[in-house]
Amino acid sequence: MIEVAENKCDFCGCCVGVCPVNCIELKEADIRIDHELCIDCDICVFICPIKVLSQTDPKRTSSSEAA
Amino acid sequence: MWKEQREFDCIVVGGGPAGSTFARTAAQGGLSVLLLEKDRDIGVPVRCGEAVSDAGLRIFFEPNPRWIASTITRIKLVAPNETVVEFDLSEKGYILDRRIFDYDLAEYATKAGAVVVTKAYVDGLLIEDDKVVGVKGTHIGERFEKRAKIVIGADGVESRVGRWAGLETTCKLKDMESGIQKTVTGIDVHEHMFEFYLSKRWAPGGYLWVFPKGKNKANIGLGITGSYAKDGKAAQQYLDEFLEWKYPQASVLTTVVGGIPVAKTVKEMVSDGIMLVGDAAHTVNPVTGGGIVSGMRSGLLAAETAVKALNNTGPSKKNLVPYEKAWHKVGGKNHERFYRIKETIYQFEDDDLNRIADGFSDIPENERNLFKLFSIAVRKKPSLLIDVARVFTGV
Repeated sequence: MIEVAENKCDFCGCCVGVCPVNCIELKEADIRIDHELCIDCDICVFICPIKVLSQTDPKRTSSSEAA
Repeated sequence: MWKEQREFDCIVVGGGPAGSTFARTAAQGGLSVLLLEKDRDIGVPVRCGEAVSDAGLRIFFEPNPRWIASTITRIKLVAPNETVVEFDLSEKGYILDRRIFDYDLAEYATKAGAVVVTKAYVDGLLIEDDKVVGVKGTHIGERFEKRAKIVIGADGVESRVGRWAGLETTCKLKDMESGIQKTVTGIDVHEHMFEFYLSKRWAPGGYLWVFPKGKNKANIGLGITGSYAKDGKAAQQYLDEFLEWKYPQASVLTTVVGGIPVAKTVKEMVSDGIMLVGDAAHTVNPVTGGGIVSGMRSGLLAAETAVKALNNTGPSKKNLVPYEKAWHKVGGKNHERFYRIKETIYQFEDDDLNRIADGFSDIPENERNLFKLFSIAVRKKPSLLIDVARVFTGV
């Protein structure tokens, strides 16, 4: 599962732009991931300039071929 | 009041330069326009290096001195081995103060008759019979729904509006730059010079920039290609290491992060009742990452088409397609050429970059220009020489 580190996001929208399933919602100062839609491709984790997003499932980390 | 008005000719989602330019032009053309910005302020936060060419601004207006932090006449390139090459630019550029610039653009739109609303978060579209007929969202805790003949997705790098309408706007990882910038003071910089640092150790698959805002202040930032960000360091770490090395005494006034879509323009910029402009349509120059003027241009062209369509038979896809054609005629061909050039140069190893810098250093300073630089850069790929000639000399 993709997790957002609390109070660290800058709300830039970079992750939203690369999300292939449009499952990230960003308001002025609020980010939410729809885990029902999320396919755990980890692309948002890679692109985040400040590495605020992370994959909590250790088996999945760095194993994605989706990029 | 916008709250009472059920329907507008156009609803623009996003109050950056592309959205505001659309709003202004469409309102001048007699359309009723509502512009919705999700943030509290127009123009803040500034997620941008703020560089723009004088000629680019002049497409729209006489540059206003209050927008300009620095006038740029010279360029400096630093190769991986720290070889430095400099030359004067053939046309001048500016580092803007986008807080003021964006604010003014939105104000121009309101003066033309558009209604601007901030803190208005759009979270979906109204769709009937597969056609976009409006937006829904929240404004300071209150739900709203508004109908529009055309919805304009000017929602930047996120580009969700297009996706809700079924347009393919997702950026591939290799076509997104992971960016970060700090506005720093307490440093000494040449106030009229762009500086670019090119190396995999400074910014793999991108570049690091120092854009002056006066003698002691600069926007220092970088973008790294998403594919390099995959297993390596975050953009933030690259920038912190550079600042520690080059400007350890700097004070940081602002830090912003953001994605820069260095992609081909989206295949479809319109559909029934919807148009995409600016970053949302991937109008950013794929080589430079510059998107202010190209975004404004797309806003202008889209609005001209919207005015014609609504004075004609309506906002069908067929009536909105002329915008797409106009975009490709004005800048789209060059955009594709820049994309091909980017695909090659962003893969250069440091040895390649050092060789290019050496080759370029051999040219006397007064004969140096961007065309010659890029010609040397793509020398090993002759097919790109034509692209380079076309984009830099216009032949």
